Amino acid sequence: MQEWLPYNTLIVLLGVTMLGACSGVIGCFAVLRKRSLVGDAISHATLPGVCAAFLIAGEKHFAAMLLGAFISGLLGIAALAALKRWTRIKEDAAIALVLSVFFGAGVVLASVIQQTEGSGRSGWDAFIFGKSAGIVLDDVKLIALLVLVTLTIVVVCYKEFKLVAFDPEFAEVQGWPARKLDFALMLLLLTAVVVGLPAVGILMMAAMLIIPAAAARFWTQRLGWMIALAAGIGMISGIAGTLVSGRIAHMPTGPCIILAAAVLFAISFLFAPERGFVARYLARRRDEMELLARLRAGEDPPT
Amino acid sequence: MQTMDDTITTWLTANYQAIWTVLIACVCSVPCALLGCFLLLKRMSMLGDAIGHGVLPGIALAFLLTGQITSFAILIGAMVFGVLTAVLSESLASSGSVSEDSSLGVVFTSLFALGLVIISFLRYVDLDINCVFMGNLVLAPSNTIEILGWSIPEAFPTMLGALALTAIFLVVCWKELKIVAFDPALAKSMGFSPRVVNYLLIALIAGTTVSAFEAVGLILVLAVLIAPAATAHLLTDRLGPMLGLSTLFALSASVLGYLLHNVGTVALDISGMIAVVLGMQFLVVVFVAPRHGLAAKWWRRLQLSLRIGAEDILAALFRAEEAGVPTYSLASKEHGIPGWVMWLAHRDLVRRGLIDTSADGLPKLTEKGRRLAQYVVRSHRLWESFAGAVLDLPPDHVHAAAALVEHYIGPELQDEIATTLQEPPTDPHGKSIPPK
Repeated sequence: MQEWLPYNTLIVLLGVTMLGACSGVIGCFAVLRKRSLVGDAISHATLPGVCAAFLIAGEKHFAAMLLGAFISGLLGIAALAALKRWTRIKEDAAIALVLSVFFGAGVVLASVIQQTEGSGRSGWDAFIFGKSAGIVLDDVKLIALLVLVTLTIVVVCYKEFKLVAFDPEFAEVQGWPARKLDFALMLLLLTAVVVGLPAVGILMMAAMLIIPAAAARFWTQRLGWMIALAAGIGMISGIAGTLVSGRIAHMPTGPCIILAAAVLFAISFLFAPERGFVARYLARRRDEMELLARLRAGEDPPT
Repeated sequence: MQTMDDTITTWLTANYQAIWTVLIACVCSVPCALLGCFLLLKRMSMLGDAIGHGVLPGIALAFLLTGQITSFAILIGAMVFGVLTAVLSESLASSGSVSEDSSLGVVFTSLFALGLVIISFLRYVDLDINCVFMGNLVLAPSNTIEILGWSIPEAFPTMLGALALTAIFLVVCWKELKIVAFDPALAKSMGFSPRVVNYLLIALIAGTTVSAFEAVGLILVLAVLIAPAATAHLLTDRLGPMLGLSTLFALSASVLGYLLHNVGTVALDISGMIAVVLGMQFLVVVFVAPRHGLAAKWWRRLQLSLRIGAEDILAALFRAEEAGVPTYSLASKEHGIPGWVMWLAHRDLVRRGLIDTSADGLPKLTEKGRRLAQYVVRSHRLWESFAGAVLDLPPDHVHAAAALVEHYIGPELQDEIATTLQEPPTDPHGKSIPPK
């Protein structure tokens, strides 16, 4: 029988699809909170932890590396919060600062690994570039757990998260623990990053937290629909990217998934009703024609 | 002086590699540190990161066309895509449906992915993206070219050129840059488009970062675009000094990072080390900066707490005297001043001779202390009267506000309130207002 979908591809598909859905959901809150690039910073900030865990626990101790990534990501979040609270540094600069300094520290630790281990790359570098094609069943189980936990938390705290995402000041005034809810969202982001990194790498993690959510924003004004759409776009890009990269030799999976998401974004940008480029161009054109017609007829323009 | 010259020559020869490495790190980081100031002020710090990733398709395409890894074509290709990254994300953001940070994120990750895909088509040639993005400062000095008979590392004249261009740009467009950085709306209303200066800035940043990649790697470029500027911003509010300080921090980090990179037998990554030193410098300045630093803020707050605490003690003693009770109770908990600060304030009052504890161990106001206490209590009760009479607050609401405001009423304001109320004899609670 011609195997049209080999087992390995199926596993990879499962992994990236669930990851795409999960980062789409969490990305919505980040995008609405104007924190799209925080995911990028946190992804980079995990590197020193990964390398430190590698140095301490030794080669291929996967759980230790995940823990290391989580801890140093947490430090990155703490650094972001501290910079915002205690210095005059603005949020964008804080993100750039945390990203570059943490990643620099990671590169330093990586150079230690390279010299002491001799073997050079052996596990930690998957956290930078990912290994989409090498996703195995254990990864998929971990990702499935992540999806389950994330979805449960988002469903349970939906109303609170919604409030914090749109109007944190109002939430605070209303007596909601806005800071804690904000931190919970950050933790969800971090967890997704930590689980996703070894599978897809820093860049794809950052991209999948932004692009599906930003694309979904074009189609709807309602958070529920936006989340569902972002999850869908994340899943479709995961499937499309994996299948395309499987058809072409040596084509890396991660970048293909990002490009698939980018295409969906471009379609949304152009053709979404109301907020899309074409729709708004036509609306403006119609208004102009109407105004012109009124002026020609000698009427006063509508105020 | 023959021996002196000999010593210098020997030292130069022995440290040839080290000197060139530090020099290259310096010429790479200084233009980035200068341009980074404008990114920081324009709140576009992540643009450096975005351009750094967005140039990849440019590099890949130029490589595809010329087949060489170090060429002018790569610089041009990268610059084109660097500017494209900025232009695309800006027009996406100005279309209104995507926020600025999201559009930046969408554009640069997509372009980077596109670059990776193009590179994977070129797999038959050896373009390791690690080489492009990690850089290798250790190897940079060995990649030399001949200039006027001298053998000079290639990165040096290139980056010196970038530095010169940056300097020329700063001098020529100084006024425009200043307006664009601090008030783009004003720039527009004055009739010159901030766009031109903006895109010149972005093109320069793209060119500089790309030329610096090869020698020092993306990570150092990103760090040096943000950290020195952020550190300088904590120290000054003026653009000129900010540029100067930023340059200094970039230089000191380059030297320190190099000096620290050898730990025992392990040679750490120099670029990473410089980035870490940049972060450390920032951390130190966060604490010690004279005006915006945490230590200075903490010190100012402590001084204020001490003054308020001391005034509260004096006022409490005054009220105790008034009531004829030997001890006093402090209501200063309402200011949330910790106990040890109150203890310090008390000690300070004794030292300044405002209270006297020598009689029976209980504190008593001295003549000097009574005058000050009277002033504070007069402020308090005048404010209570004012709040009751003019602001129409009921009597049970006026105390809490007055307990805060009393510490901020100067002599002139006190007189004015008294005149307005025509020197009331008592406050809303019926307590007499002490004279001046």
